[in-house]
Amino acid sequence: MKEIDVKRIGDKTEELFGKIAYHYPAGIMDAIRQAHQQEDNPRGKNVFDMLEENARIAIEEHIPICQDTGMAVVWLSIGQDVHLTGGDVNEAIHEAVGRSYTANALRASVVDDPLFERKNTKNNTPALIHTRIVPGEEVTIEVMAKGFGSENKSQLKMLTPAMGVEGVKEFVLDTVKKAGPDACPPYVIGIGIGGDFESCAEMSKAALLRETENADTRYSQLEKELLEKINTLDIGPMGYGGKATALKVMVEYAPTHIAGLPCAVNICCHVCRHAKAVIQ
Amino acid sequence: MKRLNLPLTEEDLRDLHAGDAVLLSGEIYTARDAAHKRMHECIEKNEPLPFDIQNALIYYVGPTPATQGRAIGSAGPTTSSRMDPYVRELLEKGLGGMIGKGRRSRDVKDAVKEHKAIYFVAVGGAGALLSKSIVKREPVAYEDLLAEAITKLTAKDFPCFVGLDIYGNDIYDHGEL
Repeated sequence: MKEIDVKRIGDKTEELFGKIAYHYPAGIMDAIRQAHQQEDNPRGKNVFDMLEENARIAIEEHIPICQDTGMAVVWLSIGQDVHLTGGDVNEAIHEAVGRSYTANALRASVVDDPLFERKNTKNNTPALIHTRIVPGEEVTIEVMAKGFGSENKSQLKMLTPAMGVEGVKEFVLDTVKKAGPDACPPYVIGIGIGGDFESCAEMSKAALLRETENADTRYSQLEKELLEKINTLDIGPMGYGGKATALKVMVEYAPTHIAGLPCAVNICCHVCRHAKAVIQ
Repeated sequence: MKRLNLPLTEEDLRDLHAGDAVLLSGEIYTARDAAHKRMHECIEKNEPLPFDIQNALIYYVGPTPATQGRAIGSAGPTTSSRMDPYVRELLEKGLGGMIGKGRRSRDVKDAVKEHKAIYFVAVGGAGALLSKSIVKREPVAYEDLLAEAITKLTAKDFPCFVGLDIYGNDIYDHGEL
C-alpha cells in the first residue's frame, strides 16, 4: 500500500492547466509544422503562419494561445494499491482548477446551471473528473482544456452492426463536414467505437490524449484512411480551403453488445491542449 | 492587404470582397451569447440598446483577463453561428457588421446583403496574436457577465478576412462546404 496525499495531485493538476493554456503539446506542434509544409493553398498557408506566430507569442509574451481556455477535464488513473490521504480527492482537483485558472489569468467559462440562470462560477469550476482504478501504486493525471467551439460540433450515433466499417466512415466524414470551418480546423479528431452510449462518448474524448500510434493495425489503418479522406474535403485551415482539414485521427474501441455499434466523434480544435503526469 | 479605418464607408464596403485580407483600425464592440440575449430582450421591450449601434462593428469574443500592462488578454473570435438568431434585428437597428469565425445561416447571409453590412472572419485559436492589435478596452455594459460583458475596443491593424460581402459572396463557398 502506497500513501499519496491528495494535495500532491492538486498541485500537479494546477501546474498542468497553467502549462497547457500557453504551450502546444509537442506532438500537435509537430503535426502543425508538417501540415504547413504540405499545404499549398495560399490562404491556408497564411493561417499556418499566423498559428505558428501565435504559438511563439503565447510562450514568449505569456498570453494564452486561445481565449477559450476550456472546460477542465481530468482523468485520474488510480493504482489499486494507493491509499489517498489528506482529504477529498475530487475537492482537491476542483480547488486546483480554480487556483490555476485564477493565478494564470485564464477565462472563467463555466456556468452553474445549464438551462436557467447560467451564472458564471468565476473560477472555471467545477472540473469534469473521470476516475479509473488500475493495477499498481501510482496515480496518473491526464488533463485537457476543452474549448466548446469544437465540443459543440462533436456527435454520437448508435450505428447498427450491419452498417459496419462503411457506416463508421460515413458518420465520421459527415460529422467533420458539419463542423466545417466553425470549430477551428485543422482538427484533431477522437473517435470512440463500441462500449455503450456514455462510455463511447468518453472514449472519443480520451482518444485525443493519445501520443502514440494505435497498437492495433486494423484500427491504425482505419485512422489513416479517415485522415486521408477528411483531407480531401477542401475545408482546410480555418475553413478557408486547403489540404489540412485534420491533423490527426485517433480511434479507441471497446467490446459492445451484439445489437450495437455505438460511434462517437469528438472534434477538437488545432490546439488540443492536454498533458499528463504520474505521481508515485 | 487592405488597411481600413472604422466605421467603414459605403465606398469601403463596395471595394470589399469575400476572401480579402484586411487590417481594421478603430472602435469595435465586444458581445457574444449572453450579451446578445440581453440586447434581444432590450429590443423586445422597446428599451435602448446599451451602446450606439449605428454603423457599429461587433466582435464575437470573450477574452481572457488582461494581465498587467496589457489592454486585453487572449482575444480570438468565437463561433459566430450561435449569434445567428440575433443578427437580423440588430442589422435592422443599424448594426454595420460583425467579426467572428465560421459559417452563417441562410437568413444571416440574406440580411447582410439586404442591409449592405459586412461579416469579417478572424483566425480562431490565434488569440495571443490578435490581442496585440487591440490597444484599448473600456467597459460598456453587463459587467456581471465577466468575459461576456459588452466592452469597447480600440483596434490597430486588426487582421481578418472578409467573410460575407455586400454582394452576397461567402469565403466558405468552396470544397465540401
